[in-house]
Amino acid sequence: MLRVLNLESGYGALRVLKGVSLHVGPGEAVAIIGANGAGKTTLLKTIAGILRPKAGVVVFDGRKIGNTPAEKVVSLGCSLVPEGRHVFSTLTVRENLILGAYSRRRGGRGAAGAAARLDEVYQLFDVLRQRAGQPAGTLSGGEQQMLAIGRALMSNPRLLMMDEPSLGVAPLIVKRIYRTIADLQRKGLTILVVEQNAHAALAMADRAYVIETGQIVLEGTSRQLRDNPQVQRAYLGKDYRSIDEGKDDEPDAPARPQG
Amino acid sequence: MMSRMPLHDPKAESLPREELEQLQIERLQSTLNRGYRNVAFYRAAFDARRVNLEQVRDLGSLRRIPFTTNEDLHRSYPYDMLAVPLRDILRIHFTPGPAGYSIVVGHTRNDLRTWTECTARLIAAAGITDQDVVQIALDYSLFAGGFGFQQGAEEIGASVIPASLTASVAKQIAIMRDFKTTALISTPGHALRIAAGLDEMGIHPEQLHLKLGIFGGERWSEATRLRIQERLRIVATDTYGLTEILGPGVAGECHVHGGLHINEDHFIAEVIDPGTLEPVECGREGELVLTTITKEGFPLIRYRTGDITSLDSAPCPCGRTFVRMSRVAGRTDDLIVFRGVGFFPSQIEDILLEVEGTSPHYQILLDRTDGTDTVEVRVEVSDAIPSLDELKSLEAYQTRITQRIKTALDVDAKVTFAEPRSLRHIVDSKQRVVDRRQQ
Repeated sequence: MLRVLNLESGYGALRVLKGVSLHVGPGEAVAIIGANGAGKTTLLKTIAGILRPKAGVVVFDGRKIGNTPAEKVVSLGCSLVPEGRHVFSTLTVRENLILGAYSRRRGGRGAAGAAARLDEVYQLFDVLRQRAGQPAGTLSGGEQQMLAIGRALMSNPRLLMMDEPSLGVAPLIVKRIYRTIADLQRKGLTILVVEQNAHAALAMADRAYVIETGQIVLEGTSRQLRDNPQVQRAYLGKDYRSIDEGKDDEPDAPARPQG
Repeated sequence: MMSRMPLHDPKAESLPREELEQLQIERLQSTLNRGYRNVAFYRAAFDARRVNLEQVRDLGSLRRIPFTTNEDLHRSYPYDMLAVPLRDILRIHFTPGPAGYSIVVGHTRNDLRTWTECTARLIAAAGITDQDVVQIALDYSLFAGGFGFQQGAEEIGASVIPASLTASVAKQIAIMRDFKTTALISTPGHALRIAAGLDEMGIHPEQLHLKLGIFGGERWSEATRLRIQERLRIVATDTYGLTEILGPGVAGECHVHGGLHINEDHFIAEVIDPGTLEPVECGREGELVLTTITKEGFPLIRYRTGDITSLDSAPCPCGRTFVRMSRVAGRTDDLIVFRGVGFFPSQIEDILLEVEGTSPHYQILLDRTDGTDTVEVRVEVSDAIPSLDELKSLEAYQTRITQRIKTALDVDAKVTFAEPRSLRHIVDSKQRVVDRRQQ
C-alpha cells in the first residue's frame, strides 16, 4: 500500500532522512522506532506531504505522492495524527471531528456521510460522544489523543499514520489507545506508527523498522525486534551491564542505570 | 518426476519480484548501515574505498561495495567480524576454509530462527513432510551442516534421526532399515558409500523405506545424481550452503530439479567474473558472491564464495519467484587451466555420462612433456557400459569421448582406460585431478 524508496528529507539545509526505504502492505500494522531526533516525525511529515522530499520516491496505492500537497494526500486516503495532537482547543470536540471530515474521500457526500462517520468515531471512543459539546482544550492528554485519532478517521483513510500516540499520555491510556489501534487494524485499516517508546508499538505492530540518525539500521517482525538484544537495550529499557560492549572506543563507558 | 511440493512459506517464497526487490533494498540498506556502524572491518573497507552508503539506492549499486573474502574472515579470527557483542551470540560454528584458514561464525537468536526457516523451506521443497523419518548422516560438530538440517527438519515436523557421521556405514544402514528411514540427508559421497554398503550386505534398496535424499556439502555432478538415484532407488535433491553464510539453507532445488532457488529474501546473489571481478550477465557462469541481508550476528557483505555457478531468473513452474543458481560447477580454485582454456572436472564427467550412458569413474591427469601441457582422462572400463555394444569396440568408444571433449571444451585430451573397479574409490576433487605440471 505504501512504498518508500531512498527518501531524503529535512528542514532547509538540514538533512534529517538520509535515504530511507520501507514499505507497508495492505492491512499491515508497521511501527518505526527510534530515539528522539532520529527522523521519525520528519519521515511521517514527508509521507503526508507536509514536507517536500529532497530525493527519493513515495508511492501510495501505486501512485507517486512525493510532491503531492498534504490535503491531496489526505483525500487519497492517507491520514496523519500529528505528534502533540494539535487539536483546536477552543472548538468543541464535535467541531474538531467535523473538521476532519472536510476532505472526506469516500462514503456518502455531505452531512449524512459525515454524521455516519461521526457515529463510528463515537462508537470507537465513547468518551468523545460524552464530551462532544466541550471545548477540546478541556480534555485530558489521553482524550485529546483519542480526539486526534478520531479526527484523522473522519476522512475515512485507508492508511492511518500516527506520530508518537503514547507521548505525554498516562500508561493506562496508552494501553487503551493501542487497543483501539489494533481494533482498527482488525477492521482492515493499514497502520504506520512511529514511537520512541517501543513497548506498546512492538506489541501491536506486525513488523517494525529501527531508525537511527536518519537511516534504517534494522527491520523485521515485531517478534524479531523484541528478541534483538540491541533493541532491548536501546528501546525496551532492559538492563544490561556492559561487559564487552564498546570496550575499545569507550573504555570508561558507565553501566546503564537500572530500570 | 515427483509431483509438486507445497511451499513451506508460500507468501515469502512466491513474493512478486517487485515486492521482493523492495524488501531486498530495504534489508540491504539496513545491513550496510549496521555493518558500517558495528564492524570495524566494514567501516575501514568502505571508508578506504570512499563508499557513501547513502548512494546505495538500488541493487545495482551493490557493485560499488568492496568484496569480503575468506582471507578477510581468517584475519578477523575469532570474533572481529561480529556485529553484536559476544553475549548476544547463541551459537558459534567454525569452518576451516582453504589454505589453513580458520573462520568463526556467530549466530544470534534471530539468526538461528532464520536459519531454521531457510532450511525448512528447502527440506519441504525436496518433498519431505511431517510424515517422514529423516536420517541426517552429516557431521554434528563445529561444522554447521548437521545442525541446520536438524533444525529445519524438526520445523517441518518430521521425525529426525541425528545419525551423524560417527556411525559406520553398516550402522548407518542398520538404523536406516530398523528405524524405517524415508529420507536421507548426507553428502553425495556418503550416499554412494551407503549404496556400496548395501551391495556388500546383500540388502536390496527396495527392502528399505527410503524414497528421498537431500545431498550437499561437496560438489557433485548430474552423473552422480543419476548414480545415487539408480542405486538407492530414491529421488536425489541438490542443496547449497556454506558455514560462513549460514550453513545449509542458502539454496535448494524444488521438484523441477532445474536449479537451486536461492532464499533471496535473506541473501542477495551476484555472479562475477573471478578475473575482472565485474558482474557477469545473468545466465553466464562465474563466481557466486553472496550478501546476507537479515543476519544480525555475522553479516557478510559481498562475500566471495569461490563457488562457480550461474543464475537463472526465468520463472519456475514450482511458483517460487526466487532466482535459481545452477549446480555448483566447481571452485574457483578447482578450475583447470589447460593451454589457456579453462574447464572443470564436472564438465568431463558430464561428457562421459553422455557417451557412456551410465555414471563414470574417472581421473584427470595433467602433465608436461617437453614444455607442452598434456591432459589424460582415465576412464574405468566396466562390462556394464550400455553403449559399448552399439559402439562395437573400445577404440570407437575412445574416439567418441576424445571428439566430444574436443568439441565441447576445445581441449585435446588423451583418453585411456583403467581396470574395472580401479578408480571407484575416488570421491573428492583432490584425488580426481592429478596435476604434475608444476613438478
